[in-house]
Amino acid sequence: MAKTRELATSLISEAVSRLVQEANFALPDDVIDALTRALEREESPRGREVLQMMLDNNGVAANDSIPLCQDTGLAVVFVEIGQALILSGQDLNDAIDAGVRTGYRTGYLRKSVAADPTGDRVNTGDNTPAVIHTEVVPGDKLKITVFIKGGGSESVGAAKVLQPAAGVSGIKQFVLDAVRAAGPNPCPPLVIGVGIGGTLDAAGLLAKRALLQPLNVTNPNAKLDRLEQQLKSEINESGVGPAGWGGRVTCLGVRVLERPSHIATLPIAVDISCYCLRRKSVTI
Amino acid sequence: MKTQDQAQDINYITTPLTPETIAELRVGDAIRISGPVYTARDASAKRLAADLSSGQAPIDLEGQLIFYMGPTPAPPGHVIGAAGPTTSGRMDAYVPDMLSHGVMAFLGKGRRSAETRHVMQANSAVYLAAVGGVGALLSRHIGEATVAAYPDLGPEAIFRLVLDDFPAIVADDIYGGDLFEQEWPKWTSSPPAAS
Repeated sequence: MAKTRELATSLISEAVSRLVQEANFALPDDVIDALTRALEREESPRGREVLQMMLDNNGVAANDSIPLCQDTGLAVVFVEIGQALILSGQDLNDAIDAGVRTGYRTGYLRKSVAADPTGDRVNTGDNTPAVIHTEVVPGDKLKITVFIKGGGSESVGAAKVLQPAAGVSGIKQFVLDAVRAAGPNPCPPLVIGVGIGGTLDAAGLLAKRALLQPLNVTNPNAKLDRLEQQLKSEINESGVGPAGWGGRVTCLGVRVLERPSHIATLPIAVDISCYCLRRKSVTI
Repeated sequence: MKTQDQAQDINYITTPLTPETIAELRVGDAIRISGPVYTARDASAKRLAADLSSGQAPIDLEGQLIFYMGPTPAPPGHVIGAAGPTTSGRMDAYVPDMLSHGVMAFLGKGRRSAETRHVMQANSAVYLAAVGGVGALLSRHIGEATVAAYPDLGPEAIFRLVLDDFPAIVADDIYGGDLFEQEWPKWTSSPPAAS
């Protein structure tokens, strides 16, 4: 039998608590680089001013210990569990929620979860439950990625099962329609995550995972790399600009992930992120 | 009241607002807002509109500015946490009730519906936009924050804030101008087909 490793889920709680806080107080380096390049490229004086505010905000957050944005999000937690691990202690889902609860309380983060979306929408008061995606992978390590998703950008996402005949042009049209409909609302310049293939649910998850891909790494699939570049340049021709106040830079980057689908379907999901893309990982 | 800084072309306005101040604002004007304002967003805007309709206003809205915002909790040593605008369009439904009780301006991010713009214009009210996602930076322009109504709503309670040179831009003026309609075509190389 393969060697196993025991991991106490209390360590997972501690990691999640730390990650939700760190993600909310500092932008990832690749996002800062993308904003800096956007500032060099932006021609609109107003757009440049907005981009400078976004870069300055990152410094103020660190200096004043104030979150980057008041929408400190719904915590989306991705967990890759090495199959040689034995998790001991609290149930994994409870351990993750415990980490979210502690992190949001001690970090003075906003609690933004409505208990019953179709009912009274009472705030759960501790930002739980998190949305948790687990995946079993080879090895004996556990990787946790926390993605802080605000409501303004989440609410402009879209998903649909297209017919195969729609092809790449149908995919592009769907993405551009979603971005156009969102306009200035999701805090541009945007990062666009696109998931293609699988099923309706799988495409949605792929689109969210696409937003976890670094902005400074070229897509290893040349066909998808081309699609990303085409979409980015078309979105940047909209004139929407930083904050939607007009300009050349509406999109910081597009990331596309693809997987096999049924012979009769072409599922697509578009997950739109504000410029303030907050994600952070740790491996334990 | 409104004063203009010629060198930087910034208009400084103070609340409560007057029709004269509102009339001077034009789409695209960079402004700095000082003075007391009230916040409202999804849950609180809905409850406020209902209370106003039934004659149970918890706050006086005459000449007021409504800021669509729900802050993070104030850490020790701060009056408020991150405090930037939320998407205004979600609160379009509550605009008519607020206008009929004296609100003269709304502050948020993103775009209003065509219908809401018409209602605001008909009531001589303006829509001001602030930059989204920079709530740490904007918190430095808030001098006081107290809960004014609906404390049970937590971050969605109505807060009374005192702003201090809070940066914004005029997005919809009383003359029918719209920032987004005006600006986007200037920066597009291939305008999207009209929809």
